Amino acid sequence: MRKEPVLNMALLIALLAFPLWAWAADEPFLITLTTRAVIFAIAGVGLNFALGFGGLVSFGHAAFFGLGGYVMGVLAFHAQTYTPVLDWPFVINGTKSMPIVWMVAIALSGALAVAIGALSLRTSGVYFIMITLAFAQMLYYFTISWSTYGGEDGLSIYVRNDFPGLNTMDPIQYYAICYVLLLIVLGLVYAISKSAFGLALGASRQNEDRIQAVGQGPFGLYLTAFAISGAITGLAGVLHADLNRFVSPTMFSWHTSGEIMIFVILGGVGRVFGPVAGAVLFIVLEHTLGGLSEFWHIYLGAMLLGVVLFARGGLIGLIAGREVAHD
Amino acid sequence: MSLLLFIEQTLNGLQFGVMLFLMAAGLTLVFGVMGLINLAHGSLYMVGAFAAAAVAAATGSFLLALVASFVCAAFAGILIEFFIIRRLYDRDHLDQVLATFALILIFSEGTRWVFGSFPLFLDTPEWLSGTVMLPFGIEYSLYRLAIILVGLIVAAGLFWMIARTRVGIRIRAGENDREMIAVLGVNISLLYTFVFALGAALAGLAGALIGAIQSVQVGMGEPVLILAFVVVVIGGIGSISGAFVGAILVGLTDTLGRTMLPVFFGLFLEPSAATSLGASLSSMSIYLLMIGVLLFRPKGLFGGA
Amino acid sequence: MTKPLLDVRGVSKSFGAVQASTDINLDLREGEIHALIGPNGAGKSTLIKQIAGGLRPDSGTVFFDGQDITGLSTAARARLGMGRTFQISSLAMDYSVLQNVVLGALGRRGDIFRFFRPVMKDADLLATANQALEMVGLEDVKNFMTSELSHGQRRQLEVAVALTLSPKVFLMDEPMAGLGADGSRRLMELLRELKQMAPILLVEHDMDAVFALADRISVLVYGKIIASGSVDEIRGNPIVRSAYLGEEIDA
Repeated sequence: MRKEPVLNMALLIALLAFPLWAWAADEPFLITLTTRAVIFAIAGVGLNFALGFGGLVSFGHAAFFGLGGYVMGVLAFHAQTYTPVLDWPFVINGTKSMPIVWMVAIALSGALAVAIGALSLRTSGVYFIMITLAFAQMLYYFTISWSTYGGEDGLSIYVRNDFPGLNTMDPIQYYAICYVLLLIVLGLVYAISKSAFGLALGASRQNEDRIQAVGQGPFGLYLTAFAISGAITGLAGVLHADLNRFVSPTMFSWHTSGEIMIFVILGGVGRVFGPVAGAVLFIVLEHTLGGLSEFWHIYLGAMLLGVVLFARGGLIGLIAGREVAHD
Repeated sequence: MSLLLFIEQTLNGLQFGVMLFLMAAGLTLVFGVMGLINLAHGSLYMVGAFAAAAVAAATGSFLLALVASFVCAAFAGILIEFFIIRRLYDRDHLDQVLATFALILIFSEGTRWVFGSFPLFLDTPEWLSGTVMLPFGIEYSLYRLAIILVGLIVAAGLFWMIARTRVGIRIRAGENDREMIAVLGVNISLLYTFVFALGAALAGLAGALIGAIQSVQVGMGEPVLILAFVVVVIGGIGSISGAFVGAILVGLTDTLGRTMLPVFFGLFLEPSAATSLGASLSSMSIYLLMIGVLLFRPKGLFGGA
Repeated sequence: MTKPLLDVRGVSKSFGAVQASTDINLDLREGEIHALIGPNGAGKSTLIKQIAGGLRPDSGTVFFDGQDITGLSTAARARLGMGRTFQISSLAMDYSVLQNVVLGALGRRGDIFRFFRPVMKDADLLATANQALEMVGLEDVKNFMTSELSHGQRRQLEVAVALTLSPKVFLMDEPMAGLGADGSRRLMELLRELKQMAPILLVEHDMDAVFALADRISVLVYGKIIASGSVDEIRGNPIVRSAYLGEEIDA
C-alpha cells in the first residue's frame, strides 16, 4: 500500500506547480484561490490532529481559527491607528510583523485549547461535541458584541502584514509564505504521528483500557493533542485574516467549524495529508461548481453525504486504499 | 425595571422555552432511542415554517397552515429517515454529525432554490392577534399566550404518550436496550421511523408558530437548533422531562438575561458599557449554563442511563 | 511464608441494593497461580476492577507490594507493575502486533511525551518487544495487523504486552475463553512459565485449566469467598461442590 506517499507528493507538487503557472500566466486570482486552499489545509491539519489522531470530535475548532484571526486583527488595528493595545499594567503596542503575530496567535490559541480542553475533556461522546461547540459559540457572540473591533460588521485591515524581505502584497509571495508554513506544519504532524506520543495517542483513541493498562492515563494525551491542534488551527486563522485583510465574528461560527470538518473528512480522517486533499477538493468544487450554480452547496452536501455513507476513507482512502500500519 | 416588565419578560421566556421544548423533544427522543445526533433538525423546523407560509398564502387559513407544517415536516422526516438516516444508526457520532450537516446544506440551498433568498411572510391570524388582559393588569400578546398553551398541551401529550401507551413503552424500552426489543419482536424500523417523524413534525410545528412572529427565511432553524441541543444536553439525553425543564430554564435564562443583565450592569457601569457587556453576557449565558451543568452533572440534569 | 504481593482485605462494594462484593479477603504470593472461580454473576469482574483499577471499593483495602493502592488510578497501578489481560481483548486493533507490544515497552519506560524520534525505530523498545513476542510465540506474525490475528493469537498478544511491563503480578481475566484445545494447551504452557516471573491471579471458567494450573483456588459465589485452599481441598469441599462444581462437571 505505498500509494499514499506518492499521492501526498503529487499534492505538494501540484500545489507548487499550479500557482507558479498562474503567476507566469498572470492570473493572480487563481494564486489567491490556491492560497485559500493552503490556509484551509492548515486549519484542517490542526483539527485532524485532535480528531483523526486523537479521536476527539471537536465541533468548536472555529474558536481557534477565529482567535488567530482576531489576534491578527487586533494587533494590526492598533498598529494602523497608532494606539496601544494595552496601557496598563504595561504597554503593549500593535504590530504588523507577521512572525510576531504568528507567534502570539500560536501561543494564545494553544493556551485557549488547554483551557477549553481541560474543561471539555472531562466529558466524552456527544457531550464533548456540544461543549466544544458551546465554547466557540460563546466567542462568536462575544465578538459580535465587542464593538471596539467592529462587532458584527468585522474589522478591515488596510495593508497586509509585513514579512522581512518580502513584498507580502504580491500574491505569489504571500502564497510562498503560506505554502512553506503548510510544509512545516505537515512535517511536524508527520513526525509526531511516528513518535512515542503519536503511538500512545493513537492507542488511546482505539482503546482507552489498553493505554491505561500500559501505565498512561488518556487525559494527558488528549489535552496535549488538543493544545497542539488548537495552535495549528489558530495559525491558519491568522493567515486567513491576513489574506482577506478582514476579520469578523463569522470566523467563530459553527459553520466554520463544520467546514473545517468537511476538509478533514473529504480528504480522509487520520491521514496526515487528508486535510490537504480535502481543502484542495473543496476549493476546486467551490470554484467549478460555484461557477455553474449559485446553489452549489447542494452538490457539496450531496458529495459530503456520499463520502460519509460510502467512502469513509475520504479521497485519499479511495485512491490509496486501506491504511496499513507501516514499520 | 418595573414588575410588569419583569412578568412580561418571564412570559416571553416561557413562550421561548416552550418552543425550544418542541424542538428539543424530537432531538432528545431521536438521540435516546436511536443514539443519533441529528443536525438537520433545524432544517425540519424551517421546512415546517415554509410549508405553513406557502399554505397560508394559498388558502388564507392559519389553521390549515399549521396542519401543513406538521404534515410536511413529518413527511420530510420520513423521507430522510428512510433514505439516509437509517444508515447512520450504527455509525459513530462523527459520521452522524457530518452526514446531517450535509443535509443542512442540501435543505438550506434547496429551499433557497425553490423559494428564493427573501423572507416569506406568515401573519398571525385575525382571531389570535391583539392582546389579552391577565391578572395584575398585565397586557400580553394573545398569540404568544396561545403558543405557551399549545406548547404545554403538546408537552402533556408527549408525557402521556411515553408513560401510558404501547408506543411509549417501546420507546422507553428502546432507550434502555435496543437489541433486546428487536429480539422481542418489536418492529424496530417502524418504531425508529415513527420517532423520527414525530420529532420532525414537532419541529415543523414550532417553525410555523414562531414563523408568524419572526420571519420565515432560509437558515432560521440554525440558531434554534444549537439552542435545542443545549437544552437536550442540559436536560439529559433521552429524557423528555429533562428536555422540558431544560427548555424552560434556557428560555427564561436567555430572555430574562437579555433584559435584565444590561439593567444590572447599568447599576455600576456607564450606559453604553452596560448595554454591550449585558448583551454579550446574555448571549453567552446559555452556554455558561450548559457548561456549568455539565461540569457538575456530566450527563445532564435527568440523564445518565 | 513470604508476604503476599497482592493483598485484598475486607473489600466490599454494592450498587444500590445489589451487594456485588462482600468482605473479600484474597492474596497472591510469589511463584503461584491463584485461581478465582465462581458461577456467572458471582462478581468476578467487579472484583477484578477493584483490584486492577476503575472501581473504588466501598470499604476495605487493596495492598500491592506492600503499598495501599485502593485509591490509585488504573494507569498508576500498571506503572507499579500490575500486568493485566482483559476478558474481552483490549488491543489497538488498527496497529500491528509489534506496535502493540512496543506500546507496552514504551509505557514501561515512561517517556511517552516525546514528539520527534520515530518510536518504531527505537532499538531499546524493539528489543524488549521482540523478547516478549518470542516468549509467547508470536514473533512470526509481528508485522500483521492485530485485527488479522486469530482469537487465540490475540490472547497471546495481550500476554506479550503485559510482559513488557516487567510486571510484579499478572491479573488474567478468563484468558482461556474462546480457545480451542490446542490454543488452551499452548496458553497453559505459557502460564506455567510465567508464574516463575510473577504470580498470576487467574479468573477462569475452564475447570480443566484451573485444576491443571492452580496452586490455590478461591471460590466466589454471590460476591463472597466461600472457600479457599489447594486444588484437592477445593475439589473435596462439599459447600463448593453444591454451590458450583456440581453444575460445572457437565460443561
